[in-house]
Formats: sequence, C-alpha cells, structure tokens
Amino acid sequence: MSTPILTMRDITKEFPGVRALSDVNLSVQRGEIHSICGENGAGKSTLMKVLSGVYPHGSYLGDIVFEGQEMEFKGIRDSEAAGIVIIHQELALIPELSIVENLFLGNEQGKAGVINWPVARQRALDLLARVGLDEDPNSQVKNIGIGKQQLVEIAKALAKDVKLLILDEPTAALNDTDSRHLLDLLLGLKAKGITSIMISHKLGEIEEVSDSITIIRDGRTIETLDVTMGEVNENRIIRGMVGRDLDHRFPPHEPSVGDLLLEIRDWSVGHPHDSSRLVVKNANLSIRRGEIVGLAGLMGAGRTELARSVFGESYGHKLGGELVKDGRTLRANTVQKAIDAGLAYVTEDRKSLGLNLLDTIKVSITAAGLRKIRRRGVVDEREEVLAAERYRKSMNIKTPSIEEGVAKLSGGNQQKVVLGKWMFTEPDVLILDEPTRGIDVGAKYEIYEIINRLADSGRGVLVISSELPELLGLCDRIYTLSAGVITADVPRAQADQEILMRYMTQRKAD
Amino acid sequence: MATDIAPAPPAPAPPTQSLVSEMRKALSGNIRQYGMMIALLLLVLMFQVLTDGLFLQPRNVTSLLVQNGYILILAIGMVMVIIAGHIDLSVGSASAFVGATVALSMAKLDLPWPAAILLGLALGILVGIWQGFWVAYVGIPAFIVTLAGMLLFRGLDLMILNAESIPVPESFQKIANGYLPEVGPVTGYHNPTLVLTLLAIAVIVYLELRRRSDLRRYGMEVPRLTLSVIKLVVICGLLLGFGLLLASYKGVPVVGLILGGLVVLYTFITQRTVLGRHIYAVGGNSNAARLSGVDTKRIDLFVMVNMGFLAAIAGMVFTAYLNAANPKDGVGFELDAIAAVFVGGAAVAGGVGTVTGSMIGGLVMGVLNLGLANMSVDSNFVQIIKGLVLLGAVAFDVYSKSQGKPSFIGMILRGMQRGGGGGDGSGDAGGGGGPSTPVAEGEEGSGFRNASRSHTGVVEMGSPANPQPSAG
Repeated sequence: MSTPILTMRDITKEFPGVRALSDVNLSVQRGEIHSICGENGAGKSTLMKVLSGVYPHGSYLGDIVFEGQEMEFKGIRDSEAAGIVIIHQELALIPELSIVENLFLGNEQGKAGVINWPVARQRALDLLARVGLDEDPNSQVKNIGIGKQQLVEIAKALAKDVKLLILDEPTAALNDTDSRHLLDLLLGLKAKGITSIMISHKLGEIEEVSDSITIIRDGRTIETLDVTMGEVNENRIIRGMVGRDLDHRFPPHEPSVGDLLLEIRDWSVGHPHDSSRLVVKNANLSIRRGEIVGLAGLMGAGRTELARSVFGESYGHKLGGELVKDGRTLRANTVQKAIDAGLAYVTEDRKSLGLNLLDTIKVSITAAGLRKIRRRGVVDEREEVLAAERYRKSMNIKTPSIEEGVAKLSGGNQQKVVLGKWMFTEPDVLILDEPTRGIDVGAKYEIYEIINRLADSGRGVLVISSELPELLGLCDRIYTLSAGVITADVPRAQADQEILMRYMTQRKAD
Repeated sequence: MATDIAPAPPAPAPPTQSLVSEMRKALSGNIRQYGMMIALLLLVLMFQVLTDGLFLQPRNVTSLLVQNGYILILAIGMVMVIIAGHIDLSVGSASAFVGATVALSMAKLDLPWPAAILLGLALGILVGIWQGFWVAYVGIPAFIVTLAGMLLFRGLDLMILNAESIPVPESFQKIANGYLPEVGPVTGYHNPTLVLTLLAIAVIVYLELRRRSDLRRYGMEVPRLTLSVIKLVVICGLLLGFGLLLASYKGVPVVGLILGGLVVLYTFITQRTVLGRHIYAVGGNSNAARLSGVDTKRIDLFVMVNMGFLAAIAGMVFTAYLNAANPKDGVGFELDAIAAVFVGGAAVAGGVGTVTGSMIGGLVMGVLNLGLANMSVDSNFVQIIKGLVLLGAVAFDVYSKSQGKPSFIGMILRGMQRGGGGGDGSGDAGGGGGPSTPVAEGEEGSGFRNASRSHTGVVEMGSPANPQPSAG
C-alpha cells in the first residue's frame, strides 16, 4: 500500500484525574473507509476531537501527520483548512435556515461579505447531486427528514474540499433505508478518492463498508483489522472491544407467559397539528404477564407515537380505541393517570425526554414516583435516599454516590437511572422505546438482563427497537408496524430479519 | 469509586478525606452562592472601614432591612418564576396597582386595614391568575405576557390614582415602619428580638444535629463533626451579631418578620415539597417532567399566581413604607428583583436557583446601595456600580465553569490542600472540561452541555441545615 494519508502517533490525552487516551496509534490509508470501534468511553470521540483540533495542539502528547506533514491544529478551523471535516453525531445544522444557507454557513459564496445567491444556489445543486439528494436548496432544513439532513451535512463537508471525512455515529438516528443510502454514498465517495473515518456501534455496517477497523479499548489501541484480508466478523470485533468473547449477546431467558395483561384495541391516533392525519390506524396489540413483546417498524411508522398515545395520551389526538388492563377498561388521559394505572414509558431520547440533566441520580430516580414518598405534599428525604440506593444496587449503576449529577454518567448508566426511575413507580406494563440506543455492548447486556428480570417478575414489557437482531434476541413475540398499521404479529420462533422487514415495509390496504 | 458507600448497614463510613477536601466538597455544590455570601461579608466589612464604623450602626442595619424588604419579597417569587424557566416583568406595576387599590380602599371606602390587606392579597392572586392563564394555558412566552402586564397594570394604577397621592392610615404604615413591641425587663437590648435570635439559633443547631443522625442511621457518609461545628459557628455567629445589632436599636422591624417568615416558608416549599420538586423539574426539562407525570401547565400557573401574591405583599409593604400610594411607585422593581435572583446564582435557562441565594443576591445589591449612600456617592454612579456587579457576578460564574474550576473559593481551598496533602479530589464541581472519573466518560462530552448551566448541587442548598441569614 501507498503511504497513509493520516498517521496519529502515540497520542496521549489526559483530563484532570483521568487518562482518556494513552499512546494511541492510528494509521489511515488514502481512499479507504476506516472504522473505529470501541465501547462508549473507550476514547473514540476524544481521539477524533484531538484529530479535528477541538483539543488544540499542546493539550495532548503525540504527533499527527496528515498528507506527509506534521500538523499542529489550534482549532477546528485549522483542521478544516487542511481538509479534515468532522460530522458530529448531533447534527450541526440550523433548522430554520434553508439547505443552501446551511451548506455555506461560515463558507459563504460571495465577495466582501455580500452573498452571491445565484452562485451559491448553483453550487448547492451540484453538491446535492453529488450526495444524491433531490431537494430544493431553498427548503428549510427543519422540513426535511433526519436522513436527508445527514446528507446535507455531508454535502456541507464536500463544499469545504474535504480530503478526510470523519463521521461520528452517522447512522445512529437513521432508519434502515436512510442508513443504506448513506453507506452507499460513503462507498461512492470512496470511489472518488475521499477517505473516511467512521465511528459506529452498528457492527454489521462496519463490517460491510470498512476496509480496515481499529479497535480502541480503555484509551488504548487494541488492534487494527484489515477487512479486505477476510476473517473479520461481528464476534471478532466484539471480542476486541470488550476484551472477552460475547458468544451470547443476549442473556438466556426462559419465558413464563401468564394471563393477558394489557390490550390495545382499535387504537387510532391523529397527528398533533392535524388530527385528520392518522398516525396510528386501528392498532390492536396485546401483552401478557411475563411476556416481552417487540414492536418493529421503520422510522416514521408510528412506533413512538403509538406508545406515547397509550401512555396517558401524551402524543397527538386519540381518535378512537380502548385500553384494557386486567380485563378492565382504562381511562388514562394524562400521564399521571397512566402511571397510577401501572403503565411506564421509557423514552427513546434519554437526554431530551427521559432525564433532567441538572438533577442528581437520587432526584432522577424518584422523579416519576414522588407520590410514593410524600407525606402531606412533603418529600420524605429518608425514603428517597433508601429508594435511590436500592435502585443503584439493583440496576448496578456505576457511580460513587447517588448525589452525583446524572449528566456526568455514561449513556449506559443514564439508561439504568431511567429504568430505575420507572421501576420505582412499580408498573405492571413497561414500554421501552429504544432501550439500548447509544449504549455500549457490555451495558446492553445488562439492560437485557434487567428486561428479562422484569418479565420474570410477572410484568409485561413492550420493547420498541430499530435494531431487528435486538428484537429477535429479546422478545417472545414481535409486532410489525408499517405506516401506522400493525401488519403482523410474529412469534419469535417464526421470525427472522427478512420476514420482519417484509411486514415492516408492507402496506395493508385500508 | 474505591470509596463506594455501603448502602444498607448503618456503619459510618471512615473519614478518608482531609478536612480541607471535605470543606471543599461541601462548598463546591453552590459555587456562586457561597462566593456571594463571602462577597457580601467582605462588602459589609469594606463599607464598615470606609464609613468609619457608620455602616454597622444598629440604625443603619435596621434600615438596610426596611429599605430592601419589598425587593427581597419580590425576589422570592421571582426566583421561583425563573427556576420554572419564565420571567416576570410586571411585578413593579402589579405592586403599584395593588398598593394603590389598597390605599384607595382604606381612604375612600373606609375599609379597616386587615380587610384592605386581604383585598390586596386577593387582587395579587387575580393578577397572577390573569398572567398565568396566558403563560400556562395559551402558551405565550412569559416575557411577552408580563411585558403586556407591565403596561396594563401601570395603566390601571395611574387610572385609579388619577395623578394623586393617597395616604394610608398609621396602623397600616406599621407593616413597614413598625417594630415588635418591647416586653420584659430593661436589658439594654430589645428583648423579643433577642429571644427570636436565640430561638432561630437553637432551631438551626437542632436541624444540623438531626441531619447528622439521619445520615448515620441510613449508612450515608457523615461529614466530620469539625465541619458541622465550623458551619454552625459561622452561621450562628453571623445570626447572633445581626440579631444583637437589631436588638440594640428598636428590635426587629415588622417587615423583617414578614420577610423571615416568607423565606423559611418558601425555602421549605422549594426544597422539601413535591410542588418544589416539580418546579425545578419543569425548569430543568419540561418534556421530561411532562412524561414523568408532572402537570407542567399547573406548575406554570402556580409560579405566576404565587408571583402575583408576593407582588401584592411587596406592593403593600412599599406603600406602607412611603406612608402613601404614589403614581410612580414600583418603577424598576422588577429589574432589582431579577438582578437579585441572578446575582444569587439562578440560571437564565431555568432549573437552577434558590430562595436563599436570591436573598443573598438581593442583600449584596442592598448593601451596595446603602453603603455607597452612606459614603455620599452620587446615585448615578451607584447605578453604574450595581450594573457592573451584576455582570461581574454572572461572568465570574460562567468563566469558572467553562474552566472546569470549582470556584474562587474552591481554588483557594485546593491551594491549601496541595500544601496539606491528602484528599481524593472527588469534589470536582465544575461539571465542565471533560471526564473526571471513569464512569463519567460519556458520549460527545456531556460535560460541555452541563458547563453552560449552573451546577446541579444548587438544588441541594436549602436543606434544613442551611438557614437563612435574615431569618432572625
């Protein structure tokens, strides 16, 4: 092979009290797609921040050689000038601005501060064509889907004459179709000579598109695998990431399914701004005690909308249907009533919907169940401490103290806090919306164990997930949802990814 | 992680930390508040020196309380509005409107003063319901609703006063200018004030002891006794000094009693009740609060109604203080109250702030006013200084967080600790600047986001062991 486009040598980065990276080496060949794998907290994002100048030269030890030259980036502008562009997991687009305005933000097309819109528009069309996005450049970014927004981000990078593109979890928020499109685009860019570094938790994708894979664990380089030489598979990557074999990514579980617990009958929900637009159409769904039920659907199929409308009608307008629990009809039109009726809903987005990041672990755990520890409206702080300690132990939340702020916890531990919060309400039915999104492999396993324990204690669990292997590994039965319609109810024994995908993309004649 | 706390068995954790590091930890949660408390003391000492001992004359200290009472009362309501993520620009106008109505009801309708006060409170609540309705149930930003309210209530105030000044009866004036009556033997001090001071100290000591025994009983880490003693000595010493100063003049003024009662009540509400929890939850993340079963609209309504209620009290206190309702009453009160809240450690984005902090913030501004006036500094210049103090207080807080440093005081203590050695350095309160413990490593540097707001520990501040300096 030719000389690498990028070499990072012996990178060491310390924060007060902790060494995030120690002697990390990374070598990226020209024109390849290079993936970086590692658990959350392994140091992937830190390494990329060193590379892109977010942590300026001097705040770390080691050398960065890019295109044969030693680089000393003082900030993100320096790295961009050299042709290194990073696309963060959380997109940096401005929703209220148009595509063309976003594309050239900070890089405006014009002279002396005056923008030449015809030129900008023309260039925007070229860039959009390169990423295969057929949208009017004048559309507001907020009006296009998240998959298309990701493409706009890439087009924005291309506008800066990118040589090395860094993508941090590019498909985390995308559905399968959009992910597919994005991966194809990366392969297309590769064919045009653009080198990419991709950070991802989705091992299947990594295996598919990467030329080589560097595995980082605990701030050290473990190994670099050459995919083109073969012999790389998911288990091989996982072994490198966690330092042990995870033969079983899902804990063994013998379901003991009991009586019918919750039934959703003929459930229809209208869009919050336009109740004539049905988001969920005549859905029927049932959960038995001790059963883990999956809900599969593409992005926009109405999974979260169904769950949230069931949970105290906290989404949209309920247009019809009945909720029956233990044979009795529930009238739970507020979240509090739903909680009182024994429902719990763990949101898909921990940070914006699940937690108040200003709170401590203690306050977070009791936030939904304050009714249980109040005496005449006063919070019983002793009970609160006891409850928080109980869930810290049973959920294995890794923290020095329950007085620690939740913002400081890793994603996996935050998710355990959220689960603890909802278990504290002592629900009979738990709806878990993407319970393992953005969580590393080890913590996922722990979450699965918790879910199994919940089912074994006679509760019913409904799991919503975009990762089909997760549903197949965890659930006893899986419903598929397509455009607001439940299209199938498949027992685990008969389910595989292809069958589910077929139902998820099918449209029932209504 | 090594000092993991054993959850259930009631074995007290061995004191593994040095005293200094424990002190640092205890202080670190409330960066701006402790900073401001010390700034307040320094400010008082400075004026004491600059005015040749005039500043801490009993008479001067009493007037500090009387002159700032109404702003501090407004700040109590304002901090709750701001914690919930809103703002109230109308409180000055609302206070004036209530004050004028109450004065008029006594002058023209011959209402007895207790009835007039009830009328004023009811009117304040109505004002709050009016504004709360638009904020909570129509969803108009509080900035707009209360800007409209500022004009609306000022207009009503001017209309009913008709450019006249309406005097209030002497019995009503007592709210602001009255004092607790003297009883008992001649001691050279005001006896009831002495008793109240000692009572307050006893309560504070009791609460601290109870807190320690609670911690021990539940197997939590108990801070070492020395730390509690230092804390109690400092707090009780200040309280005693303040009480003695008041007692050697005319005793505690009625407005001081009202304020003290409100501070205790609202500290309790915000720190110990479900309602208080919900206010913080709504301000911290209203979506998460809603999905946890909090009726966010009712919380929004409550904070606005509560603000109206307190604005009514403040308005009546001010009218009593001036002995009359005047058309220009209450102009700019909202800005003084808002400044007190932000100097006292609240975050603009909501979710952070305390009643005690706001009182300290308000006193800092009040001490500046009074001290500079004692020194006969031009009032235009006083404005400039106050503006810079507000900016400086918040800027210092933002800066120390962006640096990941705990605080000015934390930095001093860290220096001391380096000399003394020991400590596990777990008191990293900055919340910024990257991971600090292995578990703290998170996706995309959550520390950054945290750094832009105030620290979570502030929520803990008003626990019963933290008394109010003005509660005497």
